Order: sequence, then structure tokens, then C-alpha cells
Amino acid sequence: MESLYLLIPLSVVLIGAVLWLLWWSVGSGQFDDLEGPAHRILMDDDVPPDASASARRDPPDA
Amino acid sequence: MPAAARYGVRVDGAERAMCCRGCQAVAQAIVDAGMSAYYAQRTAMPEGAALVPPALDALAVYDNPALQANFLEAPSDDEVREVHLMLEGITCAACLWLNERHLAAQPGVLAVEVNFSTQRARIRWDSRLTRLSKLLLAVAEIGYRAHPFDARERDALMQRERRVALWRWLVAGLSSMQVMMYAVPVYLARDGDMAADTETLIRWASLLLTLPAVLYSSAHFFRNAWRDLRLRRAGMDVPVALGIGVAFSASVWATVSGSGQVYFDSLTMFVFLLLGGRYLELRVRQRAADALDRLGRIVPAVADRVADWPRQRDTEAVPVASLVPGDVVSVAPGAVLPADGVVVEGESAADESVLTGESLPVTKRVGATVTGGSINVESPLLVRVTQVGQDTVVSAIVRLLDRALSDKPQVAADADRLAGRFVAGILVLSALTVAAWMLIDPSRALWIGVSVLVVTCPCALALATPAALTAATTRLARQGVLITRGHALETLARVTDVVFDKTGTLTRGQLTIEQVLLHADADETECRALAAALEQGSRHPLALALLAGQVPASVVASRHHVGSGVEGKVKGRELRLGAADWLANWCAASPIDVPPGAPGEVRVHLASREQWLATFVLADSLRPDAAAAVAAMRALGCEVHLLSGDQVGSVESVAAALEIKNCLARATPASKLDYVQQLQRNGRVVLMLGDGVNDAPVLAGADVSLAMAGASDVASASADGLLLGSQLGRLAETLQRARMTRRIIRQNLGWAMVYNAAAVPLAALGLVSPWLAGVGMAASSLVVVGNALRLGR
Repeated sequence: MESLYLLIPLSVVLIGAVLWLLWWSVGSGQFDDLEGPAHRILMDDDVPPDASASARRDPPDA
Repeated sequence: MPAAARYGVRVDGAERAMCCRGCQAVAQAIVDAGMSAYYAQRTAMPEGAALVPPALDALAVYDNPALQANFLEAPSDDEVREVHLMLEGITCAACLWLNERHLAAQPGVLAVEVNFSTQRARIRWDSRLTRLSKLLLAVAEIGYRAHPFDARERDALMQRERRVALWRWLVAGLSSMQVMMYAVPVYLARDGDMAADTETLIRWASLLLTLPAVLYSSAHFFRNAWRDLRLRRAGMDVPVALGIGVAFSASVWATVSGSGQVYFDSLTMFVFLLLGGRYLELRVRQRAADALDRLGRIVPAVADRVADWPRQRDTEAVPVASLVPGDVVSVAPGAVLPADGVVVEGESAADESVLTGESLPVTKRVGATVTGGSINVESPLLVRVTQVGQDTVVSAIVRLLDRALSDKPQVAADADRLAGRFVAGILVLSALTVAAWMLIDPSRALWIGVSVLVVTCPCALALATPAALTAATTRLARQGVLITRGHALETLARVTDVVFDKTGTLTRGQLTIEQVLLHADADETECRALAAALEQGSRHPLALALLAGQVPASVVASRHHVGSGVEGKVKGRELRLGAADWLANWCAASPIDVPPGAPGEVRVHLASREQWLATFVLADSLRPDAAAAVAAMRALGCEVHLLSGDQVGSVESVAAALEIKNCLARATPASKLDYVQQLQRNGRVVLMLGDGVNDAPVLAGADVSLAMAGASDVASASADGLLLGSQLGRLAETLQRARMTRRIIRQNLGWAMVYNAAAVPLAALGLVSPWLAGVGMAASSLVVVGNALRLGR
């Protein structure tokens, strides 16, 4: 049971650290847009614009 | 993205997934327009360049430094500018991604940030390399519209509000989780299992972690409660603050003195649940406000002033606010008149439907007065300004609106009144309990008094109304009914009379071809095509009706005759389209004999030199769901009325078609308001539906009002909600859901009362242990929230 004397104060400090972390993330706007990141990850953004694309394009599918 | 396979577009040699047909079309258009090549070799700009001149001209006003001062962020650097754009035409996340990427690829753009939730973009660019109008054009090129707006005030405020609410909630959540961790072992421990000093340590740790939840997260409950008390009224925050205050003080006393019970766990959980509800409510409200913003297009009010008329006619773009009487302005076809005035040159027609409700444009010749806010439909006009600002017709309507808003029937908040009585009742009960126990067993008196206060903790009562309203509002928003004012749902449930505007509300607000009468051996499809060819390029409502769904053939020697019609040569045939008497003088054949039309109908005739070809019967037709909506209103037990500024004949024909007995034609904004206030004096609760500027005062004056999508800004701002997609069919559903909401709120309040009635006597008898009080409190809240969620289904 003695370990509780260390663990309980430690948990209080830990919560303090988590609170600080949350405060920082709210302040930096990480929660402002909760939908965007879910979509962004699906869309490749790293293909450089390709000059010859229009020459190679296919007719629309639908 | 399961639908990816259905809406694919081949871009840059790779199959790209699009979420919908709209995005697919746009993406295809971008690829087809050679936009990809545009990035690599800017000098080429093949098809894109053709689009430029008219659009860029219109957007160039945004480069005006005087205007930019209204919406640009304060420049941090001389050359770096920053602006917030509201994006329009967005249907899905892919659209936003496209805008973000496209804007980022523009030369001179330093940073682009698109927020998916609010559909807004923040752009920073180098003013030496590009201009704002070019960026707006870039958005226009890929099929969207962007409007700069001032993010400094309202938006920054909304964002701060959102962040603070979220942060408060997170603090309470974290605190409640950890406090619960400490509380559970204490609950589970049997006597003697836990050493006394361990329990003391746990209590102090809980106290420490409850501090942020009480001092920070609940601070505004205390502030609001204090404000309410000073104003001598008891709002919902009073019992909340009381519950938190009492439970916290008692627990702190118990911790310090090492006696009694602690309620830290129930307390933090209560704060967490309550703030969660408030946060959701805030999000729903802000989203509604946002949608409203997007509908009211924020176009800078710019007029083309002709500085030195009549010696020269070069125009300069000036802010409307700087116009003075005597200035001459040029108004292009399709443009909105910037101020009231008199026509000094040109002949055209003005669409005043938004101001008067009249469905047909009015011909304006030199000397005619025109009203600011109406739309010039036919050909360019030069107008000498006679009235500006406060003196214009629109301002007069807006003043009437202000008055109507201040006269609006006050809706008493049932829950708040109830809360007041409830708090007083609890206080009296607790005092009585403490007094009684003083006589029986003074050592237990204080704790039993506290448990009465805690067990009656007004959690369920506080959540009953907002949880139901939030669920119902969210649900309605999904169906295209946007409620923007808090009281609207409660009032909608009590509606006894529904008042419709005609033009733009029951009718489409635009002419459509009702019938084509053929003469001689003409072919209907061909006649429609010929009429469309003659009318191409015109913005007159008649022309738009004839052009709808047609791809006009080319026309030569086209000429407009204001008030008469149009002539031109199509496929080598000389043709005229217009009024019968104008054609009769020109056409060789004898005048045709057509039966007289119904009121509200317009007839235009098509003829060649030799013969009459066809007669088009046009009318502002009823919306397809109008009849069903009116019938549904009657089925719900509501009286239906029709108010319109239009001519008697067209109003009567609509009233007859919909079997509406109570109707008023040629109504002014003031007489409409009178009519509704008369109803209200007779104790009726009025729902008003409208769309025009002339409806704004009556929308504001009615007990509750809905504006149609695409309504004028002032009308949507004065209404309590919006019917997106102008679906009248949603009206009955909205009323039903409002009534259901009222029923659920009553159930919730009833449940909260029953719970309290059962729990209070037990607590007063000293039979409720603190953990049981906590469980009871949480259960009653869950029942209330669960019941409210039924509205969202």
C-alpha cells in the first residue's frame, strides 16, 4: 500500500502534464477542423503538376 | 470512399477518386481546360485565358485598396497580404482539397489553409507577384466562387468561443476521469480495507484535480448565475451554480476536517456532461450561422460612376457608400441598382420582385424612377442618383424591419421559469431538512442537507431542453431546414396560422413556359429553338424562361426593342418575337386570334415576315410541392394565408389553385406587417414564409418565420430559419418535428420532476449515501439525453 503514496501524487502531476498538452493543442488550432485530416490522408498531394497530362487524358468514365 | 470507382477521373495519368458527380465534372473540366499545362508553362494559358476578360473585370474591384481595407488582415510585411475567403459551391471534401491545391499552385501564393469544417480558406500572398483578383479568378476557373470576408471580428470571435468551450470541456473531462479513478477504490473498499491516511491522500488528490473543473470550467456558470441573481431572475445557471457550489464546498470541508462525505466524482462528472451538451449546442448554432453567412453573398457594394457625364462616359468603380445625390452611375444588364434614382439614358426593364413581390419586370425609360436593390435586366442604363443611404426605399424597409424586430412577441422560456421555482423549492426543502435533523441528530444535519441538494442536482433539468433542441435542430439541418434562432422550435410547435408570400415562395419566382400554342404548321421543338436563339444573351425573365434547357443556335442582326420584343435572323429566316400588336404591324399574315389568358400569364408571339409561328404562354408557375405543402398545413390544423405585393389577378389565380381563402394582393411591407399583427392580436401564433426584401419586416414581426433559400440577405437575416433547397414539402415535417420536440421536452422535464420527487424524500430521511446520489444523478441525466436523441433519428 505504501506505493500509493508515490503513485497518487504522481498521477496528479501526470494529469497536470496532460492538461498542459491539451491546452497547447487546443490553442494551436488542432481541434478547429476535425473533418479535414480524415479526408486529407486519402488524397495524394505529392504528385507534381504534370504538363503533359492533358495530352494523355482519357475520356471521362461516366 | 466506396463510391470512388463510380466517379473516377483520369488526371495526370492516374485514376483519381471523386466523391460525387459534381466533383467529377469539375475535375474533368480542369483537366480538359488544360489547367495542368497551365502550371508548367504559364505563357500558354490556352482555354483558361478565354474565360478571363469578363470575369477578371468583375473581380478587379477587389483590388481596390479602399475596399481591401475592409477585409484584408493587417499586413505584417509591406508586400505580404493575407485574406480570408469564404468558398462557395463546395459539396464535399474533395472540392476543398482541389481549391487548396489549386490556390497553392498559383504564383506568388505563400500559404493556403483550408478549413474543412467551416469551408473557409486563409491565403497569404506576395503582392508583387499576384493580385487578389487573380486568386479569386483562380477559384472561379475551377468552378467555385470565393468571397473575401472580414475575419477579424465575428469569425475570430466564433473561433475563440469554440476553442474556449472545447478547452473547458476537456479540462472537466480529464478531471472527472481521474477523480473517478480515485473514487472507485474508495467505493469498493470494505470497512478496514483502506487505511485512513490513504483515504485522506485520495481525498486531497481528488480535491486538487477538481479545482480546475470548478474554478475554470464552471466559472461561467457562477458568473451567469450571479448576473441572473442581480437581475432578480432565476435562469438555468442558478441551480447549476448552486449545485456545484454546495457540493464542492461540502466536499472541501469534509476533506479539510476529515469527516463526512466527498462528492468530487459526481461533481466533476456533472460539469463534464453539462459542458459536453453546451459544446455541441454551440457547434450547431455556429454551423447554422455559417450557412446563413454563405447564403448572403458578401459582394462589396461597388458602383460604376460616370464622373463627367454627359461629356464623357468613362466609368470608375467607387464604393456605394461614397455616392452622393446627383452622381450618374452606369448599371450593366444583370447588375443590381446601387441606389434610388432617375434614368437619364437607355431603356430597359427592372426586376423589382425582391422589393415589391411583383413577378414581372417593369419597363424603365428615360425619366423613370428606379429603386436601389432592383435588378436591371435588359440593357445598360445610366441613372442619376436621387437618394442614397438612409433615404433609399430599401433603408425604409430595413427601418420597418428594425421596428418589427423590437415588437416581436417575447417567447417566455418555460425551462427558465421552471428552474426558478425549482431552485426556490430546493432551498426551502434543504433548510427544512437541516432544521428537522437539528432536532433529531445535530451531527448528521449538515450532511443530510447537503445530500438533499446534491441528489436534486438539477442536471436532468438543465439538460432537458437544450439536449432536445440540439438533437432536433441537427436533424432538421440534415433535412435542409436550418433553424437559426433558439426559440424557433418551441414557437413552431404552437403555430396556428401559416402565412405564405407568393412570388418566390409558393411560386418559383421565375417564369416558365406553361404552354406553346402553334399556328399554321409550325413544329413546337423548332419554335422553342428559334425563340431561344432570338433571346440568347438577354437576362430578361422572359428570355431566361425561353432559354431554359436550350442550346441556342446562332443569330445575326439581333436587335432588342424595349417593351416590344426582339428581332433577328436565324438560319437565314427573319424572325420577330414579342408583343402581338408590335408583330401585327410587321407580319404580312392577318393577326392571330388567341383566347384571352388567365391573370398572371404572359404571352409572347413568334412570327416571320410571312406567317405567325407560335405563341408562348409563360407564367410564374407554382412550385411542384406547393399544393401538397398547403394541404399538409391544413391537415396539421393550421389556417393558411397568402400575402403578396403582386397584381390582384395573379394573386387570385394562385389562391384559387391552392384553395387559399385568406389572401391579400398588392400588399406593401407595412400592410403585410399589419395583417400579421392583426392575427397576433387575435391570439394566433403566426408562421411566415417569405423571400423578398419586402417580406423582411413581416418575417421579423411574425412569431416565427422561415425564409426560402436564395432569399434576399435582409430577408434571411430577419427570419428564424431557412428552407434550403426551397423545399416546401419539408414544412410539414418541420412542424411535426417541432411538436415532437415539445413533447420530448415535456417528457424530460416530467422525468426530472419524478426523479426528484422520489429522491428528495429519501435523501431527507438520510437514506441516500453519496455514491447512490451520484449514480441517481448520472442515470437521470442519461435518461434525459437518451430521450432527446430520439429526435435525431
